[in-house]
Amino acid sequence: MIVSGHAVVIGEDVDTDMIIAGRYLRTTNRSIWVEHAFEDYDKSIAGRLNGSVLVAGKNIGCGSSREQAAAALKEAGVRAVVAPSFARIFFRNCVNLGLYVFEADVVCENGVIVSFDTDDSYVKTSTAVYQAKPLSNRMKEILSAGGLNAYLSRQGEP
Amino acid sequence: MMAGTLSERILGSAEGTYVDRMVDRAFAHDGTGAQALVAFENFRIPGKSVVNPEKLSIIYDHISPANNSVTADLQGDLRKFSRENGMHFHEVGCGICHQIMSEGVCLPGEIVVGADSHSCTLGALGAFSTGVGATDMAGIWATGGTWFRVPESISIVLSGKLSGHAEPKDVALSYIKALGMDGGTYKALEFIGDGAAGIPVEGRLTLSNMAVETGAKTGLFYADALTREHLITYGADEKTISLQKPEDCSYESEIHLDLDDIEPLLAVPPRVDNAVPVTQYSGTPIDQVFVGTCTNGRFEDLKRFADIVRGKKVAVRTIVTPASKDAYAKALSTGVLSDILEAGCVICPPGCGPCLGAHMGVLGEGEVGLSTANRNFRNRMGVGAEYYLCSPSTAAVSALYGEIRSPIELEGGTNR
Repeated sequence: MIVSGHAVVIGEDVDTDMIIAGRYLRTTNRSIWVEHAFEDYDKSIAGRLNGSVLVAGKNIGCGSSREQAAAALKEAGVRAVVAPSFARIFFRNCVNLGLYVFEADVVCENGVIVSFDTDDSYVKTSTAVYQAKPLSNRMKEILSAGGLNAYLSRQGEP
Repeated sequence: MMAGTLSERILGSAEGTYVDRMVDRAFAHDGTGAQALVAFENFRIPGKSVVNPEKLSIIYDHISPANNSVTADLQGDLRKFSRENGMHFHEVGCGICHQIMSEGVCLPGEIVVGADSHSCTLGALGAFSTGVGATDMAGIWATGGTWFRVPESISIVLSGKLSGHAEPKDVALSYIKALGMDGGTYKALEFIGDGAAGIPVEGRLTLSNMAVETGAKTGLFYADALTREHLITYGADEKTISLQKPEDCSYESEIHLDLDDIEPLLAVPPRVDNAVPVTQYSGTPIDQVFVGTCTNGRFEDLKRFADIVRGKKVAVRTIVTPASKDAYAKALSTGVLSDILEAGCVICPPGCGPCLGAHMGVLGEGEVGLSTANRNFRNRMGVGAEYYLCSPSTAAVSALYGEIRSPIELEGGTNR
Protein backbone atom coordinates (compact mmCIF):
# COMPACT_ATOMS: atom_id res chain seq x y z
CA MET A 1 0.00 0.00 0.00
CA ILE A 2 1.34 3.43 -0.94
CA VAL A 3 1.05 6.01 1.83
CA SER A 4 2.05 9.65 1.61
CA GLY A 5 2.14 12.68 3.81
CA HIS A 6 3.58 16.16 4.01
CA ALA A 7 7.05 16.40 5.53
CA VAL A 8 7.54 17.84 8.99
CA VAL A 9 11.29 18.31 9.25
CA ILE A 10 13.14 18.26 12.58
CA GLY A 11 16.83 18.26 13.52
CA GLU A 12 19.33 15.75 14.90
CA ASP A 13 19.36 14.06 18.31
CA VAL A 14 15.78 15.09 19.13
CA ASP A 15 15.15 13.25 22.40
CA THR A 16 11.89 11.85 23.72
CA ASP A 17 11.71 14.62 26.33
CA MET A 18 11.46 17.01 23.36
CA ILE A 19 8.75 14.91 21.69
CA ILE A 20 6.67 14.82 24.86
CA ALA A 21 7.85 16.42 28.09
CA GLY A 22 7.93 14.50 31.38
CA ARG A 23 5.29 16.80 32.89
CA TYR A 24 2.63 15.42 30.50
CA LEU A 25 3.33 11.70 30.89
CA ARG A 26 1.03 10.72 33.72
CA THR A 27 -2.37 10.69 32.13
CA THR A 28 -4.69 8.30 30.38
CA ASN A 29 -5.93 11.10 28.13
CA ARG A 30 -3.93 10.70 24.93
CA SER A 31 -5.11 13.98 23.46
CA ILE A 32 -2.85 15.73 25.99
CA TRP A 33 0.17 14.15 24.29
CA VAL A 34 -1.07 15.32 20.89
CA GLU A 35 -1.64 18.84 22.13
CA HIS A 36 1.79 19.15 23.75
CA ALA A 37 3.91 17.21 21.25
CA PHE A 38 7.24 18.96 20.59
CA GLU A 39 6.20 21.78 22.91
CA ASP A 40 9.73 22.28 24.24
CA TYR A 41 11.30 21.89 20.80
CA ASP A 42 9.13 23.96 18.46
CA LYS A 43 5.59 24.94 19.36
CA SER A 44 4.62 25.21 15.69
CA ILE A 45 5.01 21.47 15.09
CA ALA A 46 2.01 20.00 16.95
CA GLY A 47 -0.49 21.67 14.62
CA ARG A 48 1.25 20.31 11.53
CA LEU A 49 1.51 16.64 12.49
CA ASN A 50 -1.82 15.31 11.23
CA GLY A 51 -1.26 13.42 7.97
CA SER A 52 2.49 14.05 8.03
CA VAL A 53 5.68 12.07 7.60
CA LEU A 54 8.16 13.13 10.26
CA VAL A 55 11.55 13.63 8.59
CA ALA A 56 14.09 13.67 11.40
CA GLY A 57 17.86 13.97 11.71
CA LYS A 58 20.02 11.20 13.13
CA ASN A 59 19.33 9.55 16.49
CA ILE A 60 15.66 10.49 16.67
CA GLY A 61 13.99 9.50 19.94
CA CYS A 62 17.11 9.20 22.06
CA GLY A 63 16.86 9.33 25.84
CA SER A 64 13.92 8.15 27.88
CA SER A 65 12.08 4.94 26.93
CA ARG A 66 8.71 6.69 27.30
CA GLU A 67 6.33 5.12 24.81
CA GLN A 68 4.20 8.24 25.04
CA ALA A 69 6.62 9.79 22.51
CA ALA A 70 5.70 7.29 19.80
CA ALA A 71 2.07 7.27 20.97
CA ALA A 72 1.86 11.07 20.68
CA LEU A 73 3.03 10.92 17.06
CA LYS A 74 0.68 8.08 16.19
CA GLU A 75 -2.24 9.76 17.95
CA ALA A 76 -1.47 13.07 16.21
CA GLY A 77 -1.83 11.40 12.82
CA VAL A 78 1.84 11.00 11.85
CA ARG A 79 2.00 8.32 9.13
CA ALA A 80 5.69 7.42 9.33
CA VAL A 81 8.98 8.51 10.84
CA VAL A 82 12.01 8.73 8.58
CA ALA A 83 15.55 9.30 9.90
CA PRO A 84 19.15 8.28 9.13
CA SER A 85 19.21 6.52 12.53
CA PHE A 86 16.84 5.90 15.42
CA ALA A 87 17.39 5.40 19.11
CA ARG A 88 16.51 1.73 19.44
CA ILE A 89 13.81 1.85 22.12
CA PHE A 90 11.93 4.59 20.24
CA PHE A 91 12.29 2.51 17.07
CA ARG A 92 10.77 -0.55 18.74
CA ASN A 93 8.04 1.56 20.32
CA CYS A 94 7.01 2.94 16.90
CA VAL A 95 6.88 -0.57 15.41
CA ASN A 96 4.90 -1.86 18.39
CA LEU A 97 2.32 0.89 17.93
CA GLY A 98 2.09 0.29 14.18
CA LEU A 99 3.84 3.51 13.21
CA TYR A 100 6.01 2.99 10.12
CA VAL A 101 9.73 3.70 10.49
CA PHE A 102 12.30 4.08 7.72
CA GLU A 103 16.00 4.31 8.31
CA ALA A 104 16.96 6.61 5.41
CA ASP A 105 18.78 9.90 5.04
CA VAL A 106 16.00 11.91 3.41
CA VAL A 107 16.71 15.55 2.66
CA CYS A 108 13.68 17.74 2.00
CA GLU A 109 11.84 20.88 3.02
CA ASN A 110 8.81 21.16 5.27
CA GLY A 111 5.60 20.46 3.40
CA VAL A 112 7.13 18.39 0.59
CA ILE A 113 5.08 15.27 -0.09
CA VAL A 114 6.88 12.13 1.09
CA SER A 115 5.53 8.75 0.09
CA PHE A 116 6.37 5.15 0.91
CA ASP A 117 5.18 1.65 0.18
CA THR A 118 4.21 -0.21 3.34
CA ASP A 119 5.49 -3.45 1.77
CA ASP A 120 8.83 -2.07 0.70
CA SER A 121 11.80 -0.23 2.14
CA TYR A 122 12.11 2.92 0.13
CA VAL A 123 10.92 6.48 0.63
CA LYS A 124 10.16 8.93 -2.18
CA THR A 125 9.98 12.68 -2.37
CA SER A 126 9.04 14.63 -5.50
CA THR A 127 12.73 14.77 -6.43
CA ALA A 128 14.40 11.66 -5.11
CA VAL A 129 14.04 8.04 -4.04
CA TYR A 130 15.79 6.88 -0.89
CA GLN A 131 16.55 3.27 -0.05
CA ALA A 132 15.86 2.55 3.61
CA LYS A 133 17.58 -0.17 5.65
CA PRO A 134 15.33 -3.23 5.41
CA LEU A 135 13.31 -4.17 8.49
CA SER A 136 13.40 -7.68 9.90
CA ASN A 137 10.55 -9.98 8.93
CA ARG A 138 9.21 -9.82 12.47
CA MET A 139 9.08 -6.04 12.42
CA LYS A 140 7.33 -6.10 9.06
CA GLU A 141 4.77 -8.56 10.40
CA ILE A 142 4.12 -6.43 13.49
CA LEU A 143 3.75 -3.30 11.36
CA SER A 144 1.46 -4.91 8.82
CA ALA A 145 -0.72 -6.24 11.65
CA GLY A 146 -0.99 -2.66 12.91
CA GLY A 147 1.12 -3.11 16.02
CA LEU A 148 2.21 -5.67 18.62
CA ASN A 149 -1.30 -5.93 20.05
CA ALA A 150 -2.84 -7.06 16.79
CA TYR A 151 0.20 -9.17 15.95
CA LEU A 152 0.09 -11.14 19.22
CA SER A 153 -3.68 -11.50 18.95
CA ARG A 154 -3.19 -13.08 15.56
CA GLN A 155 -0.51 -15.41 16.94
CA GLY A 156 -3.00 -16.65 19.50
CA GLU A 157 -5.51 -17.63 16.83
CA PRO A 158 -5.71 -21.36 16.05
CA MET B 1 29.89 -21.79 26.05
CA MET B 2 30.50 -20.69 22.45
CA ALA B 3 33.16 -18.12 21.58
CA GLY B 4 32.13 -14.61 20.64
CA THR B 5 31.23 -11.37 22.31
CA LEU B 6 29.41 -11.56 25.61
CA SER B 7 26.20 -10.49 23.83
CA GLU B 8 26.59 -13.30 21.29
CA ARG B 9 27.28 -15.83 24.03
CA ILE B 10 24.34 -14.82 26.21
CA LEU B 11 21.88 -14.50 23.33
CA GLY B 12 23.33 -17.65 21.75
CA SER B 13 23.56 -16.34 18.21
CA ALA B 14 25.89 -14.36 15.96
CA GLU B 15 25.80 -10.58 15.78
CA GLY B 16 23.35 -9.14 13.29
CA THR B 17 20.92 -12.07 13.63
CA TYR B 18 17.43 -11.80 15.09
CA VAL B 19 16.46 -14.18 17.87
CA ASP B 20 13.40 -14.91 19.98
CA ARG B 21 14.25 -15.45 23.61
CA MET B 22 12.39 -16.03 26.82
CA VAL B 23 13.62 -13.50 29.36
CA ASP B 24 15.13 -14.44 32.72
CA ARG B 25 13.87 -11.28 34.38
CA ALA B 26 11.77 -8.32 33.37
CA PHE B 27 10.85 -5.22 35.31
CA ALA B 28 8.86 -2.05 34.90
CA HIS B 29 8.36 0.97 37.13
CA ASP B 30 5.35 3.06 38.10
CA GLY B 31 5.60 5.12 34.90
CA THR B 32 6.20 2.54 32.19
CA GLY B 33 4.39 -0.16 34.15
CA ALA B 34 1.18 1.87 34.15
CA GLN B 35 1.49 2.28 30.36
CA ALA B 36 2.29 -1.43 29.97
CA LEU B 37 -0.84 -2.27 31.96
CA VAL B 38 -2.98 -0.23 29.54
CA ALA B 39 -1.33 -2.05 26.61
CA PHE B 40 -1.70 -5.47 28.30
CA GLU B 41 -5.38 -4.91 28.97
CA ASN B 42 -5.91 -3.95 25.33
CA PHE B 43 -4.28 -7.14 24.06
CA ARG B 44 -6.93 -9.28 22.47
CA ILE B 45 -5.04 -12.52 23.06
CA PRO B 46 -7.29 -15.50 23.73
CA GLY B 47 -6.71 -16.94 27.20
CA LYS B 48 -4.29 -14.11 27.99
CA SER B 49 -2.61 -14.25 31.37
CA VAL B 50 0.68 -13.11 32.86
CA VAL B 51 3.37 -15.66 31.95
CA ASN B 52 6.10 -16.51 34.49
CA PRO B 53 5.10 -13.85 37.05
CA GLU B 54 7.94 -15.00 39.33
CA LYS B 55 10.35 -13.47 36.79
CA LEU B 56 8.53 -10.14 36.67
CA SER B 57 9.01 -7.15 38.96
CA ILE B 58 7.15 -3.90 39.40
CA ILE B 59 9.22 -1.27 41.19
CA TYR B 60 7.87 2.13 42.24
CA ASP B 61 10.57 4.75 41.76
CA HIS B 62 9.71 7.46 39.24
CA ILE B 63 7.05 9.50 41.00
CA SER B 64 7.25 7.81 44.31
CA PRO B 65 5.43 8.51 46.59
CA ALA B 66 2.72 9.79 44.23
CA ASN B 67 2.59 13.56 43.70
CA ASN B 68 -1.13 13.90 42.89
CA SER B 69 -4.29 11.87 42.57
CA VAL B 70 -3.93 11.10 38.84
CA THR B 71 -0.55 9.50 39.54
CA ALA B 72 -1.93 7.79 42.63
CA ASP B 73 -4.79 6.27 40.60
CA LEU B 74 -2.45 4.96 37.90
CA GLN B 75 -0.18 3.54 40.59
CA GLY B 76 -3.15 2.00 42.39
CA ASP B 77 -4.25 0.08 39.29
CA LEU B 78 -0.76 -1.27 38.67
CA ARG B 79 -0.21 -2.18 42.33
CA LYS B 80 -3.42 -4.20 42.33
CA PHE B 81 -2.62 -5.89 39.00
CA SER B 82 0.89 -6.75 40.10
CA ARG B 83 -0.24 -8.33 43.36
CA GLU B 84 -3.16 -10.19 41.82
CA ASN B 85 -0.87 -11.71 39.22
CA GLY B 86 1.87 -12.74 41.63
CA MET B 87 4.57 -10.43 40.30
CA HIS B 88 7.29 -9.14 42.66
CA PHE B 89 6.00 -5.79 43.85
CA HIS B 90 8.33 -3.15 45.32
CA GLU B 91 6.45 -0.39 47.09
CA VAL B 92 7.32 3.34 47.23
CA GLY B 93 10.52 3.94 49.15
CA CYS B 94 12.28 0.76 47.99
CA GLY B 95 14.44 2.62 45.50
CA ILE B 96 15.26 2.77 41.80
CA CYS B 97 14.44 -0.29 39.69
CA HIS B 98 17.97 -0.75 38.31
CA GLN B 99 19.49 -0.48 41.77
CA ILE B 100 16.99 -2.96 43.28
CA MET B 101 17.73 -5.43 40.48
CA SER B 102 21.48 -5.02 41.06
CA GLU B 103 21.19 -5.85 44.75
CA GLY B 104 21.48 -9.63 44.47
CA VAL B 105 18.52 -10.18 42.12
CA CYS B 106 19.93 -10.08 38.60
CA LEU B 107 22.69 -12.62 37.84
CA PRO B 108 25.52 -12.93 35.30
CA GLY B 109 24.53 -14.52 32.00
CA GLU B 110 20.86 -13.69 32.31
CA ILE B 111 18.71 -12.02 29.69
CA VAL B 112 17.08 -9.09 31.44
CA VAL B 113 14.65 -6.55 30.03
CA GLY B 114 13.47 -3.42 31.79
CA ALA B 115 10.86 -0.92 30.72
CA ASP B 116 13.25 1.95 31.24
CA SER B 117 16.07 3.22 29.08
CA HIS B 118 18.69 2.81 31.81
CA SER B 119 18.08 -0.94 32.03
CA CYS B 120 21.54 -1.28 30.47
CA THR B 121 22.81 -0.67 34.04
CA LEU B 122 22.67 -4.40 34.85
CA GLY B 123 25.20 -5.14 32.13
CA ALA B 124 27.66 -4.30 34.90
CA LEU B 125 26.90 -7.72 36.38
CA GLY B 126 27.48 -9.58 33.12
CA ALA B 127 23.78 -9.84 32.26
CA PHE B 128 22.49 -8.95 28.80
CA SER B 129 20.19 -6.25 30.05
CA THR B 130 18.41 -3.71 27.90
CA GLY B 131 15.51 -1.30 27.87
CA VAL B 132 12.20 -1.48 26.04
CA GLY B 133 8.99 0.52 25.93
CA ALA B 134 5.66 -0.21 27.55
CA THR B 135 4.03 -2.31 24.81
CA ASP B 136 7.12 -4.51 24.53
CA MET B 137 6.92 -5.02 28.31
CA ALA B 138 3.23 -5.91 28.05
CA GLY B 139 4.18 -8.41 25.34
CA ILE B 140 6.72 -9.97 27.73
CA TRP B 141 4.05 -10.23 30.44
CA ALA B 142 1.80 -11.99 27.92
CA THR B 143 4.34 -14.31 26.29
CA GLY B 144 7.37 -14.50 28.59
CA GLY B 145 9.74 -13.45 25.82
CA THR B 146 10.55 -11.07 23.02
CA TRP B 147 12.76 -10.68 19.96
CA PHE B 148 16.27 -9.27 19.97
CA ARG B 149 18.72 -8.27 17.31
CA VAL B 150 22.09 -9.59 18.49
CA PRO B 151 24.18 -6.42 18.55
CA GLU B 152 27.62 -5.77 17.19
CA SER B 153 29.96 -4.81 20.03
CA ILE B 154 32.28 -1.92 20.70
CA SER B 155 35.02 -2.52 23.25
CA ILE B 156 35.91 0.17 25.73
CA VAL B 157 39.39 -0.91 26.78
CA LEU B 158 40.31 0.55 30.14
CA SER B 159 43.87 0.58 31.40
CA GLY B 160 45.51 2.04 34.50
CA LYS B 161 43.82 3.14 37.68
CA LEU B 162 41.67 6.06 38.73
CA SER B 163 43.64 8.53 40.77
CA GLY B 164 43.22 11.88 42.44
CA HIS B 165 39.64 13.05 42.29
CA ALA B 166 38.54 11.17 39.18
CA GLU B 167 35.62 8.80 39.66
CA PRO B 168 33.65 6.25 37.63
CA LYS B 169 31.27 9.06 36.56
CA ASP B 170 34.18 10.88 34.96
CA VAL B 171 35.09 7.68 33.08
CA ALA B 172 31.48 7.43 31.90
CA LEU B 173 31.50 11.00 30.61
CA SER B 174 34.85 10.29 28.93
CA TYR B 175 33.63 7.35 26.88
CA ILE B 176 30.39 9.14 26.01
CA LYS B 177 32.41 12.09 24.77
CA ALA B 178 34.51 9.71 22.67
CA LEU B 179 31.51 7.88 21.17
CA GLY B 180 29.01 10.73 20.95
CA MET B 181 25.29 10.57 21.65
CA ASP B 182 24.68 8.04 18.86
CA GLY B 183 28.07 6.33 18.57
CA GLY B 184 26.74 3.20 20.23
CA THR B 185 23.32 3.05 18.58
CA TYR B 186 22.10 -0.57 18.12
CA LYS B 187 25.44 -1.82 19.58
CA ALA B 188 26.59 -3.32 22.85
CA LEU B 189 29.52 -1.83 24.73
CA GLU B 190 31.97 -4.17 26.45
CA PHE B 191 34.18 -2.71 29.17
CA ILE B 192 37.36 -4.76 29.20
CA GLY B 193 41.03 -4.54 30.19
CA ASP B 194 42.90 -4.35 33.50
CA GLY B 195 41.35 -0.99 34.24
CA ALA B 196 37.83 -2.41 33.97
CA ALA B 197 38.71 -5.32 36.25
CA GLY B 198 39.92 -2.86 38.88
CA ILE B 199 36.70 -0.84 39.05
CA PRO B 200 34.46 -1.91 41.94
CA VAL B 201 30.96 -3.12 41.07
CA GLU B 202 29.25 0.09 42.20
CA GLY B 203 31.45 2.01 39.77
CA ARG B 204 30.79 -0.50 37.01
CA LEU B 205 27.08 0.12 37.50
CA THR B 206 27.73 3.83 36.87
CA LEU B 207 29.61 3.06 33.64
CA SER B 208 27.05 0.57 32.34
CA ASN B 209 24.19 2.86 33.33
CA MET B 210 25.24 5.56 30.91
CA ALA B 211 25.77 3.23 27.90
CA VAL B 212 22.34 4.26 26.62
CA GLU B 213 23.53 7.86 26.42
CA THR B 214 25.58 6.70 23.39
CA GLY B 215 22.53 4.88 22.01
CA ALA B 216 23.92 1.48 23.07
CA LYS B 217 21.68 -1.47 23.81
CA THR B 218 23.69 -2.47 26.86
CA GLY B 219 27.06 -1.91 28.50
CA LEU B 220 28.69 -5.13 29.66
CA PHE B 221 31.35 -6.10 32.15
CA TYR B 222 32.52 -9.71 32.43
CA ALA B 223 31.42 -11.16 35.75
CA ASP B 224 34.47 -11.77 37.94
CA ALA B 225 35.37 -12.30 41.59
CA LEU B 226 34.25 -8.75 42.44
CA THR B 227 30.87 -9.41 40.83
CA ARG B 228 30.49 -12.60 42.81
CA GLU B 229 31.44 -10.88 46.06
CA HIS B 230 28.93 -8.09 45.36
CA LEU B 231 26.11 -10.53 44.66
CA ILE B 232 26.84 -12.66 47.71
CA THR B 233 26.92 -9.55 49.91
CA TYR B 234 23.37 -8.88 48.75
CA GLY B 235 22.24 -12.40 49.51
CA ALA B 236 22.50 -14.13 46.14
CA ASP B 237 23.11 -17.87 46.28
CA GLU B 238 26.73 -18.53 45.35
CA LYS B 239 25.74 -21.66 43.39
CA THR B 240 23.68 -19.55 40.97
CA ILE B 241 26.59 -17.26 40.05
CA SER B 242 28.73 -18.22 37.07
CA LEU B 243 31.71 -16.08 36.19
CA GLN B 244 32.67 -15.05 32.66
CA LYS B 245 35.94 -14.60 30.80
CA PRO B 246 36.50 -12.84 27.47
CA GLU B 247 36.84 -15.27 24.55
CA ASP B 248 38.06 -14.78 21.02
CA CYS B 249 35.70 -12.32 19.43
CA SER B 250 35.67 -9.42 17.07
CA TYR B 251 34.73 -5.91 18.03
CA GLU B 252 33.38 -3.47 15.53
CA SER B 253 35.59 -0.77 17.01
CA GLU B 254 37.66 -0.10 20.10
CA ILE B 255 38.09 2.85 22.36
CA HIS B 256 41.08 3.01 24.68
CA LEU B 257 40.97 5.03 27.86
CA ASP B 258 43.79 5.28 30.37
CA LEU B 259 42.16 5.77 33.75
CA ASP B 260 45.26 7.61 35.01
CA ASP B 261 44.53 10.40 32.52
CA ILE B 262 40.94 10.95 33.57
CA GLU B 263 40.09 14.14 35.43
CA PRO B 264 36.81 15.45 36.87
CA LEU B 265 34.45 16.26 34.01
CA LEU B 266 31.25 18.16 33.49
CA ALA B 267 28.63 17.45 30.81
CA VAL B 268 27.55 20.86 29.59
CA PRO B 269 23.84 21.20 28.73
CA PRO B 270 22.03 20.25 26.62
CA ARG B 271 24.25 17.34 25.52
CA VAL B 272 25.59 14.44 27.56
CA ASP B 273 28.53 14.02 25.16
CA ASN B 274 29.61 17.63 25.65
CA ALA B 275 32.07 16.74 28.42
CA VAL B 276 34.78 19.19 29.45
CA PRO B 277 37.09 19.49 32.47
CA VAL B 278 35.15 20.92 35.41
CA THR B 279 37.81 23.62 35.77
CA GLN B 280 36.65 25.19 32.48
CA TYR B 281 33.41 26.19 34.17
CA SER B 282 34.85 26.95 37.57
CA GLY B 283 33.01 29.86 39.16
CA THR B 284 29.70 29.35 37.33
CA PRO B 285 26.95 30.17 39.87
CA ILE B 286 24.43 27.40 40.56
CA ASP B 287 20.99 27.39 42.19
CA GLN B 288 20.72 23.73 43.12
CA VAL B 289 22.81 20.60 43.52
CA PHE B 290 21.22 17.17 43.18
CA VAL B 291 22.98 13.97 44.23
CA GLY B 292 21.35 10.65 43.45
CA THR B 293 19.84 8.59 40.58
CA CYS B 294 20.59 5.18 39.08
CA THR B 295 23.91 6.68 37.95
CA ASN B 296 25.24 7.99 41.27
CA GLY B 297 22.88 7.35 44.16
CA ARG B 298 24.63 4.33 45.66
CA PHE B 299 26.11 4.22 49.16
CA GLU B 300 29.64 4.75 47.82
CA ASP B 301 28.46 7.89 46.00
CA LEU B 302 26.74 9.26 49.10
CA LYS B 303 29.88 8.54 51.10
CA ARG B 304 32.12 10.35 48.62
CA PHE B 305 29.79 13.33 48.84
CA ALA B 306 29.68 13.20 52.65
CA ASP B 307 33.46 12.92 52.97
CA ILE B 308 33.76 16.35 51.37
CA VAL B 309 30.86 18.20 53.03
CA ARG B 310 31.39 16.71 56.50
CA GLY B 311 31.66 19.44 59.12
CA LYS B 312 30.98 22.20 56.58
CA LYS B 313 27.86 23.92 55.25
CA VAL B 314 26.57 23.88 51.70
CA ALA B 315 26.12 27.31 50.14
CA VAL B 316 23.25 26.37 47.85
CA ARG B 317 20.13 24.20 48.18
CA THR B 318 21.26 20.60 47.88
CA ILE B 319 19.03 17.57 47.42
CA VAL B 320 20.35 14.10 48.18
CA THR B 321 18.32 11.06 47.12
CA PRO B 322 19.67 7.57 47.89
CA ALA B 323 19.17 5.06 45.06
CA SER B 324 17.66 2.41 47.29
CA LYS B 325 16.46 1.63 50.76
CA ASP B 326 19.62 -0.41 51.25
CA ALA B 327 21.84 2.53 50.27
CA TYR B 328 19.77 4.75 52.58
CA ALA B 329 20.08 2.31 55.50
CA LYS B 330 23.82 1.92 55.01
CA ALA B 331 24.27 5.69 54.85
CA LEU B 332 22.17 5.99 57.99
CA SER B 333 24.04 3.40 60.02
CA THR B 334 27.48 4.68 59.02
CA GLY B 335 26.73 8.30 59.87
CA VAL B 336 26.96 9.38 56.23
CA LEU B 337 23.38 10.65 56.22
CA SER B 338 23.81 12.68 59.39
CA ASP B 339 26.94 14.28 57.92
CA ILE B 340 24.92 15.20 54.84
CA LEU B 341 22.01 16.49 56.93
CA GLU B 342 24.29 18.53 59.21
CA ALA B 343 25.89 20.10 56.14
CA GLY B 344 22.48 21.58 55.30
CA CYS B 345 21.25 19.21 52.59
CA VAL B 346 17.72 17.89 52.08
CA ILE B 347 17.45 14.10 52.12
CA CYS B 348 14.66 12.63 49.98
CA PRO B 349 13.18 9.13 50.01
CA PRO B 350 14.86 6.52 47.76
CA GLY B 351 13.81 6.81 44.12
CA CYS B 352 14.50 8.81 40.98
CA GLY B 353 13.95 12.18 42.69
CA PRO B 354 13.88 15.19 40.35
CA CYS B 355 15.93 13.48 37.60
CA LEU B 356 13.06 13.36 35.12
CA GLY B 357 11.60 16.71 36.13
CA ALA B 358 8.50 15.33 37.77
CA HIS B 359 8.83 16.20 41.45
CA MET B 360 11.05 16.75 44.48
CA GLY B 361 13.48 19.32 43.18
CA VAL B 362 12.32 20.50 39.75
CA LEU B 363 14.23 23.62 38.69
CA GLY B 364 12.62 26.96 37.90
CA GLU B 365 12.90 29.14 34.79
CA GLY B 366 16.41 30.45 34.34
CA GLU B 367 17.87 28.37 37.15
CA VAL B 368 21.12 26.48 36.85
CA GLY B 369 21.53 23.08 38.45
CA LEU B 370 24.36 20.66 38.96
CA SER B 371 23.43 17.01 39.11
CA THR B 372 24.95 13.55 39.37
CA ALA B 373 22.23 12.26 37.00
CA ASN B 374 22.62 11.00 33.44
CA ARG B 375 20.75 13.45 31.20
CA ASN B 376 21.05 17.20 30.79
CA PHE B 377 18.52 17.56 27.98
CA ARG B 378 16.79 20.88 27.54
CA ASN B 379 13.91 21.40 29.99
CA ARG B 380 14.20 17.86 31.38
CA MET B 381 14.66 18.82 35.02
CA GLY B 382 12.66 22.04 34.78
CA VAL B 383 11.30 24.23 31.99
CA GLY B 384 13.73 27.02 31.13
CA ALA B 385 16.41 25.65 33.45
CA GLU B 386 19.72 24.13 32.56
CA TYR B 387 21.88 21.77 34.46
CA TYR B 388 25.28 20.22 34.28
CA LEU B 389 26.19 16.60 35.02
CA CYS B 390 29.10 15.63 37.24
CA SER B 391 30.44 13.17 39.82
CA PRO B 392 29.39 13.14 43.49
CA SER B 393 32.72 14.72 44.53
CA THR B 394 32.37 17.57 42.03
CA ALA B 395 28.79 18.03 43.26
CA ALA B 396 30.04 18.18 46.86
CA VAL B 397 32.78 20.75 46.28
CA SER B 398 30.44 22.85 44.14
CA ALA B 399 27.70 22.68 46.78
CA LEU B 400 30.11 24.10 49.35
CA TYR B 401 30.99 27.03 47.08
CA GLY B 402 27.55 27.61 45.57
CA GLU B 403 29.25 27.59 42.20
CA ILE B 404 30.82 25.02 39.94
CA ARG B 405 34.19 23.94 41.34
CA SER B 406 36.41 21.00 40.58
CA PRO B 407 37.53 18.71 43.40
CA ILE B 408 41.03 19.43 42.09
CA GLU B 409 40.64 22.95 43.47
CA LEU B 410 40.02 21.56 46.94
CA GLU B 411 43.66 20.64 47.25
CA GLY B 412 44.78 24.23 46.92
CA GLY B 413 43.48 24.96 50.41
CA THR B 414 40.91 27.40 49.06
CA ASN B 415 38.04 25.44 50.55
CA ARG B 416 36.02 27.43 53.05
